[in-house]
Amino acid sequence: MDSAWLQYVFAGLTTGSIYALVAIGYNIIYNVTEIINFAQGEFVMLGGLLAVFFMEGCRLPLPLAFAAAVLAVGAIGLAMERFVIRQARNASVLSLIIITIAFSILLKGSAMFGWGKDPYRLEPFTAGGPLLFGGAALQPQALWVLGLTAVVVVLLSLFFRRSIYGKAMLACADNPNAARMVGVPVRTMVLLSFLLSAAIGAAAGVAITPISLMEYDRGALLGLKGFGAAVLGGLGQFSGALVAGLLLGLAEAFCAGYLSSGYKDAIALVLLLLALFFKPEGLFGSSEAAKLKRF
Amino acid sequence: MPVTDRRILLVLALVLAAFPWGVRAVGAVSHYLDVMVFAGIFCIVNLGLSLLMGFAGQISLAQAAFFGIGAYSSGILTVQFAWNPWAAMPMGMVLAGLVAWLVGVPALRLKGHYLAMATLGFGVIVHIVFNEEVRWTGGPSGLVDIPGLSVAGTPLRGEIAWYYLVWGTVLVALVFCLNLLHSRVGRALRAIHQEEKAAEAMGIPTARYKVQVFVLSAALAALGGSFYTHYVAFLNPGSFDLMWSIRFMLMVMVGGMQSLWGAVLGTVLMTFVGNEWLQVFADYEVLVYGSILLGMALFLPDGLVSLKSIPVRGWLRTPRSSTEGTQR
Amino acid sequence: MTAITPQAAEPILELDGLGVQFGGVVALRDITYQVPGGIIQSIIGPNGAGKTTLFNCISGLLAPGTGSIRFRRQRIAGWAPHRIAALGLSRTFQQVALFAHMSVLENVMVGRHPRSRSGFLATGLRLPGMRREERELRERARSILDFVGLGDLAAAAAGTLPLGQQKILEIARALATEPRLLLLDEPAGGLNTRETEQLGELIQRIRGRDTTVILVEHDMNLVMDISDRILVLYFGHPLASGTPSAIKDNPEVIQAYLGDDWAESSAASYTSLDNHPGR
Repeated sequence: MDSAWLQYVFAGLTTGSIYALVAIGYNIIYNVTEIINFAQGEFVMLGGLLAVFFMEGCRLPLPLAFAAAVLAVGAIGLAMERFVIRQARNASVLSLIIITIAFSILLKGSAMFGWGKDPYRLEPFTAGGPLLFGGAALQPQALWVLGLTAVVVVLLSLFFRRSIYGKAMLACADNPNAARMVGVPVRTMVLLSFLLSAAIGAAAGVAITPISLMEYDRGALLGLKGFGAAVLGGLGQFSGALVAGLLLGLAEAFCAGYLSSGYKDAIALVLLLLALFFKPEGLFGSSEAAKLKRF
Repeated sequence: MPVTDRRILLVLALVLAAFPWGVRAVGAVSHYLDVMVFAGIFCIVNLGLSLLMGFAGQISLAQAAFFGIGAYSSGILTVQFAWNPWAAMPMGMVLAGLVAWLVGVPALRLKGHYLAMATLGFGVIVHIVFNEEVRWTGGPSGLVDIPGLSVAGTPLRGEIAWYYLVWGTVLVALVFCLNLLHSRVGRALRAIHQEEKAAEAMGIPTARYKVQVFVLSAALAALGGSFYTHYVAFLNPGSFDLMWSIRFMLMVMVGGMQSLWGAVLGTVLMTFVGNEWLQVFADYEVLVYGSILLGMALFLPDGLVSLKSIPVRGWLRTPRSSTEGTQR
Repeated sequence: MTAITPQAAEPILELDGLGVQFGGVVALRDITYQVPGGIIQSIIGPNGAGKTTLFNCISGLLAPGTGSIRFRRQRIAGWAPHRIAALGLSRTFQQVALFAHMSVLENVMVGRHPRSRSGFLATGLRLPGMRREERELRERARSILDFVGLGDLAAAAAGTLPLGQQKILEIARALATEPRLLLLDEPAGGLNTRETEQLGELIQRIRGRDTTVILVEHDMNLVMDISDRILVLYFGHPLASGTPSAIKDNPEVIQAYLGDDWAESSAASYTSLDNHPGR
């Protein structure tokens, strides 16, 4: 009983990492295009299900299956930008919202077509029983999820600080017209943002499937909660997304543990609404800077 | 209301009145009437959505939630509290309106993507409540044995009676919305959509108008929900999830968001598509919906009514409005 | 109506220590100024002097950081724009902000919004009071269109008009709110000489209707011809104010506009103050 809270902390940090990764996916696309991609959650779902396909169906070893799933979803993200979003360059915000929603239900429908409605499981990355800490059990897979999140965050910050592509993407975020004038290929950067965002979502999906299983219709809720993390962390801010994602995961785990497991999903959404209504600039953002953003 | 709208309304009323006699010739009367009853119910929802999204320019992914609030209000009040359905119906509308007001005041300060996410999140929360409050809603297994409607002491039986009741209501709601649009309020809503800053500077309390039209759309959705409840006599949360909000949006989009006639046309068309022609696809209809939605948003964002070549337009155009069209 | 007519000398607008910052950039700094009722007041200054920011503050689109704004003796800083409009202040926009998909007549009818009442129920049910009001709205809008000379275009879609007429329509829409104070933000921008002359004449007729006008304009001929008083803004702060003849001879103003080199050589001609781009 005493160790229950520690159990909730483990659970919260694990799912929170996934929300953080989804939030980072939103941020990458938002930063370059000011689009909120409503299909972000579907990338996570597809990552998980494709990993199942590559491992069980194609008998690939785990690292290859992981890479194949991430690459395949990255390609879907690429195709989404190239053949859908780019067609709608001059569309209204309303149309853009509807377009990404339409794409998300197409992905969901395709997943149902390919995998049916049953949840799928995936073997944990490493075998072995749970580790015990002060009476609470920690699944080795949870460590993989946390580790993956850490690796993604480190690689991304290196990418944005060091690489020319990363810097160019940040320039697009700041001012696309100015970026275009100094020779940044804005279109390529937009393409790259969808690729990166989809790949990160897929990686999160592969990592979480051994813990929570995966089925075709999980995308929408994962997407919404991830968006909650993105807003709480301040849209466009990567470190904020990480912290807010973990907080959201913890809030959800404690609510499920102490209040009501049925309303577990609602708590993250209530926090999302509260953030949107009362602090749309995020927990760490200044309202002054938020006014300059186009929501 | 302009002459053009009056003519369309007259034609629509005549066609609707004659429809049951028309399908009688084909056989399958009750079947087509059944589909039309659903189409009418969805029309009531979508008139509100068209006002909100097409005219005032505010997106909502929560219409299924308001539809559900109306439906469950009617269901719970009649089943568990033995209310008269006709009393439960306005109660559901008031409740949905109240909830819309509470959510709308903070939510409608947001724009675009943020507003879409906020209404989406709210819709999912309501759906979770329908699933979890088993004591009231029956949870996932649903609410059964909901009484039907009766008019003047006679129970309403058979599709034909329902057909005239529902479509009569649609016509009343349609006239209300048309009146609204061709007036001070309608102009204010369109002004907010087209140039919000200027609308505000011209003295339109834009925040209040957005909330009011959101409340109206919620009340209409709830009214549709009540009819739905008493028609199918059975409720479960599956009819009020996110996919239904998207379906309502799709119906309005197919016909044309910026026209109430488009909303009616798209709703009838998509209800037939959904209830009739997509049955062969079973669960995979979602793929078809996704494709239509994507195609419409990309290639025909103003819907079918924006196709200029429809021949009846010539007849419907009055001499005066045709000079309006050519004036520069 | 006559009871609330302000005395000519009584200020209709009083700015006291008004200041605005965007992030670290000071847009307006300590503006204290009074506009008497019934005049045509011009505000001039180089691009970026804060003229439009000042209009946005007065009309409520932007909350001032410091200082107070009193309009018709009410402290309006922080009010929502629609409340300020209802109190009798209206404006046009530098970038035309018409309701492009509505007809010319409808645009003006929208302007009557604060002077009409029917709500959702009354209009949806077409209650008798609403019908009367709608008729009245339509008639008033038509008479305003006649007043500005757009009567023949009532049925055209606003977005299809040429720029010059769109600018006039913005004025008509603003007049429909029955303003006591009308802010015109570069109404002559994009107009040809003849149109500008007609605009000047229109502005004078508007003042004749007991409406105070504040004009932000780069066309110095227009400004000098019709203004009663001119305020010069320079980097968000008043540089000078006075009658047109006082302003055009003010060496500080000439220097602000033209820089040191020009100040001595071409000070005499006020037309050279015109620095409107593309002119």
